[in-house]
Amino acid sequence: MIEVIDAERCTSCDICVNVCPTNVFDKTDGIPVIARQSDCQTCFLCELYCPEDALYVSPHADTPCPTDIVALRQTAVLGSYRRAVGWTDETRDLRGIDRSYLLFGH
Amino acid sequence: MTIHGRAELRTSPDGAVEFDADVLVIGGGPAGTWAAVSAAERGARVVLADKGFCGTSGATAAAGTGVWYVDPDPALREAAMANREKMGGYLQDRRWMARVLDQTFEDSNRLAAWGYPYPVDDSGKSQRNSLQGPEYMRLMRKRTKQAGVTILDHSPALELLVDDDGAVAGASGVRRQKHDGWTVRASAVVIATGGCAFLSKTLGSNVLTGDGYLMAAEVGAEFSSMEFSNPYAISPAFGSVTKTLFYGWATFSYEDGSVVPGAASKGGRSAIARALLQGPVYARLDKADVDVQRHMRASQPNFFLPFDRTGIDPFSERFPVTLRLEGTVRGTGGLRIVDDSCATSVPGLYAAGDAATRELICGGFTGGGSHNAAWAMSSGTWAGWGAAGYARQLGPARRRHLASAGTVAFRSRSRRPFEPAALAKAVQDEVYPYELNYFRHASRLEGALARLDAAWTDASAADAASKDDVLRARESAAMLATSRWMYRSALARHESRGMHRRDDHPDQDDRLRHYLTSGGLDEVWTAVRPHADISYAEAAE
Ligand SMILES: Cc1cc2nc3c(=O)[nH]c(=O)nc-3n(C[C@H](O)[C@H](O)[C@H](O)COP(=O)(O)OP(=O)(O)OC[C@H]3O[C@@H](n4cnc5c(N)ncnc54)[C@H](O)[C@@H]3O)c2cc1C
Ligand code: SF4
Ligand code: SF4
Repeated sequence: MIEVIDAERCTSCDICVNVCPTNVFDKTDGIPVIARQSDCQTCFLCELYCPEDALYVSPHADTPCPTDIVALRQTAVLGSYRRAVGWTDETRDLRGIDRSYLLFGH
Repeated sequence: MTIHGRAELRTSPDGAVEFDADVLVIGGGPAGTWAAVSAAERGARVVLADKGFCGTSGATAAAGTGVWYVDPDPALREAAMANREKMGGYLQDRRWMARVLDQTFEDSNRLAAWGYPYPVDDSGKSQRNSLQGPEYMRLMRKRTKQAGVTILDHSPALELLVDDDGAVAGASGVRRQKHDGWTVRASAVVIATGGCAFLSKTLGSNVLTGDGYLMAAEVGAEFSSMEFSNPYAISPAFGSVTKTLFYGWATFSYEDGSVVPGAASKGGRSAIARALLQGPVYARLDKADVDVQRHMRASQPNFFLPFDRTGIDPFSERFPVTLRLEGTVRGTGGLRIVDDSCATSVPGLYAAGDAATRELICGGFTGGGSHNAAWAMSSGTWAGWGAAGYARQLGPARRRHLASAGTVAFRSRSRRPFEPAALAKAVQDEVYPYELNYFRHASRLEGALARLDAAWTDASAADAASKDDVLRARESAAMLATSRWMYRSALARHESRGMHRRDDHPDQDDRLRHYLTSGGLDEVWTAVRPHADISYAEAAE
């Protein structure tokens, strides 16, 4: 489930509010709030669309898992999914490396 | 390409938005976006309304899909069609399989032309049998907008509108971020709301609660193959990522480390279910060599999120797994299609993607893995053309007298309040358990149906849901309605075929190679329909 918005990185662009399919966030005057965490479907898509890598979705789908954003910043996890699918400038070559055709039919 | 104008916006007295359009598409996954683009390209003014955000919402956007894309070489096509016929219980229809292969080929070529970054193999060939979900659906949103379609995000449809003759003529719903409503008057409507996965958190599917089925049933539409709606997908026990391809390289074990006999992702999933009834089951992808591991990481980055974020190495360490119900998302039941344009049995109403039955190309076996994705784009394309053609025939929008078709959760009843969360939980309690839904038996199905029928009587007698609750109320009612078509059909099929297995009828019965139609809300019914091969054979006699 979505756990945190990093207040230091977030620029209040509200993209996450728009793209979350289950309407988990609410707009505010400042950074969005996680208003309905229990509606989160753990799809990780808000992370892909956040231009600042300011969101963290825990992989635990059924239970909240309080997360320390300060500790997370020390790791490479913020933005890791976005980099892996090639949605950052530095990783754009990864968009065309799908090797599923070598794995189907196993 | 010519754009013949956008849907016309009006504002109604109560602040809600109103549009006049030729075609309304409900749902913005692959099926809905292909339908919207195709209808717009035929000159229709199109509105597309999605519950979430068109581009991220639905099963494909979050999960990504293998695609039933086969080069137009007769031998390859023949092999592709023959491949799953046995597993599907011989309920597929060759003519439809061939059409879908042709259309999927066309649509995939268009995706390439639009800039989808298909990978190129060592021989220089573009490989087109897989689509990355976020990438594909971001592109489809862009193309939908470019086609002149008006997209309404966070705008779930709640009920259909009908004219005095009972033809479908639009829909209305809420704008959940603006706290008001919308109405679209349209000559034709395409239902592309996906399947129903009962809020099981299988990847990307909690927006898929069968809403389109409920709306369609309220105007009298029929369903088909609803008994084939019990696929369960493997995921880490704690996680949502139900991507199952890589479990083909897994060994499954009990708590004590001993191997679960017969357990496999393909052809041995029931052994996993039986083992889960006894206690925890673990997996380790220990059959993947380093090359395969590398290809896996490149191909499905989302598969690894649950592992990388919990510090598990899935190739060398065991992790607990579970099976999440996917209902009609990777099942094959849905709205019955009556002709090549994906029309339903109700005038003005079309269905595409998981909202429609996939029996024509999958039979009774899951459409996951490739067929569903091919069906979503093909049926979407046809439904868009069909709806645009119907709208053109109807002529310039007359101001028809329209009525709202919604029933449950809309009617004032004084007796008791509608409780969406409790109802959703009650449905889940009947459809999740493996002993009820995976391994079926008449006595257990009858018990579940009696409880579900009682829940329907209850929900029908409950008061209209409040404005804040109405979406949840309609979703839970749609799950309930879906479960009843599903189990009533399961009870009516006295054999095991495809994914439908009956402990009390363990074998396939050659005399029962037919489809089951179902429908109804207060009274749920089923009926037998012959398979095309058999009707042709009889006609020739
Ligand atoms: C984990 C997973 C992996 C899969 N892998 C494969 C695969 O490899 N190959 C394959 O062929 N298939 C696969 N499938 C199945 C495939 O994803 C679906 O068949 C496909 O997404 C169907 O497309 P669709 O457009 O009909 O529905 P969806 O993509 O589910 O889209 C439905 C849309 O309708 C919207 N909606 C729902 N209710 C309403 C409402 N009331 N009002 C407005 N909008 C509404 C939703 O928000 C959503 O955007 C997989 C499914 C899952 C869950
Ligand atoms: S998308 Fe990222 S930067 Fe934008 S509001 Fe959301 S968290 Fe902040
Ligand atoms: S993980 Fe998905 S459902 Fe959860 S907040 Fe992010 S976008 Fe929304």
